[in-house]
Amino acid sequence: MWQWFHKLGSPKWFFGIATRFMPWLLILGLGLLAAGIVWGLAFAPKDYLQGNSYRIIFIHVPTAFIAQSAYIMMAVAAVVTLVWRMKLADVFVKAVAPVGLVLTFLSLFTGAVWGKPTWGTWWIWDARLTSMLILLFLYGGVIALDRAINDEKSAARAVAVLVLVGVVNIPIIKYSVEWWNTLHQPATFKLTEKPSMPAEMWVPLVLSILGLYLLFGWLACLRMQTEILQREQRTKWVREMITAGRS
Amino acid sequence: MNADARPVIKPIRNGVGAFAAMKAVFARDLKVAFRQKQDLLNPLLFFVMVVSLFPLGVSPEVSFLREAGAGILWVAALLSVLLSLDHLFRHDFDDGTLEQLVLQPQPLFLLVLAKTLAHWMLTGLPLVLLTPVLGVMVHQEGNSIAVLCLTLLIGTPVLSLIGAIGAALTLGLRSAGVLLSLLIIPLYIPVLIFGTGTVAAAADGASVGAYVALMAAFLVLAVTLAPFAAAAALRISLSNG
Amino acid sequence: MSEPLLQAVNLQCERDERVLFRNLSFSIVPGTVTRVEGPNGSGKTTLLRILAGLNDAWSGDLKWCGEPRSSVREEFQRNMLYLGHRPGIKSLLTPMENLRALMAARRPMPDDVLRQALAGTGLSGFENVPCRNLSAGQQRRVALARLLIADEPLWLLDEVFTAIDADGVNAIETLLQQRAAEGGAVVVTTHHDLRMDGMKKIVLGGGAADEC
Repeated sequence: MWQWFHKLGSPKWFFGIATRFMPWLLILGLGLLAAGIVWGLAFAPKDYLQGNSYRIIFIHVPTAFIAQSAYIMMAVAAVVTLVWRMKLADVFVKAVAPVGLVLTFLSLFTGAVWGKPTWGTWWIWDARLTSMLILLFLYGGVIALDRAINDEKSAARAVAVLVLVGVVNIPIIKYSVEWWNTLHQPATFKLTEKPSMPAEMWVPLVLSILGLYLLFGWLACLRMQTEILQREQRTKWVREMITAGRS
Repeated sequence: MNADARPVIKPIRNGVGAFAAMKAVFARDLKVAFRQKQDLLNPLLFFVMVVSLFPLGVSPEVSFLREAGAGILWVAALLSVLLSLDHLFRHDFDDGTLEQLVLQPQPLFLLVLAKTLAHWMLTGLPLVLLTPVLGVMVHQEGNSIAVLCLTLLIGTPVLSLIGAIGAALTLGLRSAGVLLSLLIIPLYIPVLIFGTGTVAAAADGASVGAYVALMAAFLVLAVTLAPFAAAAALRISLSNG
Repeated sequence: MSEPLLQAVNLQCERDERVLFRNLSFSIVPGTVTRVEGPNGSGKTTLLRILAGLNDAWSGDLKWCGEPRSSVREEFQRNMLYLGHRPGIKSLLTPMENLRALMAARRPMPDDVLRQALAGTGLSGFENVPCRNLSAGQQRRVALARLLIADEPLWLLDEVFTAIDADGVNAIETLLQQRAAEGGAVVVTTHHDLRMDGMKKIVLGGGAADEC
């Protein structure tokens, strides 16, 4: 068990494994995402209330979903960084934070685009949108702190503390924003309320969530590999790999 | 320098207790602060100025101020606490006192708690005391002012405690002040929401007991968790120095 | 030979992608003065901060009285006194207040003992002057006054002679030697030539060039 754990922490081992898995992640991810989106956009039935405009959920919901779970994953990696000081964990946090930021932004953007036909305005201080906006701030803080600290090890541990503080706060933020929302604008109808979504709608939704997950995994691996190469540029295995690639 | 012979050196088994050490840290911080009184006044002046920007910048109408007053005061208080946080560890970091603090033979999170308490006494508490005056200036009613003071009394220590984490994380960095705000403001949102929400509920005539209890729960959570995070962050920041 | 207080096994430290030292092993035993030597940038201060527990960016083993230091942190900190580059003196407080606050964390002392210690470092008459009105050397002497009343078995002193005049340096040398004779252990970094009998050395600056 410990040996395995140790091995998992070795950047070189990860680099090799990732190279092998990444094409699969990419192909499967693209395939599922394409299937989900095409199905959702072209074949799923119209919503009886919102007509065709609801179809943006096939992009909006996956981005929002993965943006949130990416933060949770970062928190798990942060614990590993602080407790076991595993190098790969902080490489993960560093690689994933900007991806999470972009996904959060995409979900806000698609939410705004969706809001225009639904509410007649680009932005509404809806509970979910507001929570996502705060998540965007949290991601921004993590990235800003990481860039501000020169020393790699200190940066990794400081960022880990910040991510953990953030993850403790996320449920509190979510709960308070929901409460605030009911206080200020009761009984508007919610964006993603899906009490009785027919299978023709949720199956493509699940497909696109899965697809985006796999793509996220691919992108995370790619960014981790880049980060590893940068950090380990002086080591023998990186040098050998690069000279082998050149000849 | 010294000529007296001393007894042979033995390992020290019993040191100063945690509570005594906390009291000493607290007392020293207060003493230092009162030697530099201008630093105490600055956040208060800032508080008053930010509040006065709203009538000037938005509208001096009674109806607007009555509606928005609690929110304005809360936001202004939040910003002035944020402004003062940069001082929490910086001077100690610069003169080496912080190294000595970290190496004290007591749990660091308790010492951090003592420092944060001193910080609150010097910034948060004066803000609360100033609130009735500013509350009248933004046309709040007596009941609202009382509830506003209560929420600030419970809420500002939470702001100091969460802020201590940010101050510890950004210690010794360039442009630490701005960075500190970026890290901490998202974490302040729940306290702000419940602080102003409680006042709004009181203005509507609703009972505020449950909300106050919830804010008290925030405070308990912050007191128990924030000092650990801040202590860990301090060690990391010092390790870098 | 008595049991080592602090034992370092295969210490390694990298800073900014440069190896400062590796495979560094030594013991600090009671009754010795150890000097850390090396050119600028060789990691003297870093080593002392690692020993004190301020710097965490190292690998290897550090033992306090035979136990891993991380598991006896409080006990270690109770028995160790560290004086760094930055003296830990608040410029708004007087020497008396500073000394009182510093001792309050470790062993509170009556005021006349503190006054005596300040007098011992040549600060009599300055007890109640705010430290920002004192010279750099005088401020450092406030920190050094702790050494006259400290009873921690292990002292880690980083560049303590900075800004101290010749008489002061001599006095500190005598103090350290006397300390060792009483069974204390002292680790110092300094650019001064220390004249002491039986001084031990840790030499840094070898491992800077090699790569992995």
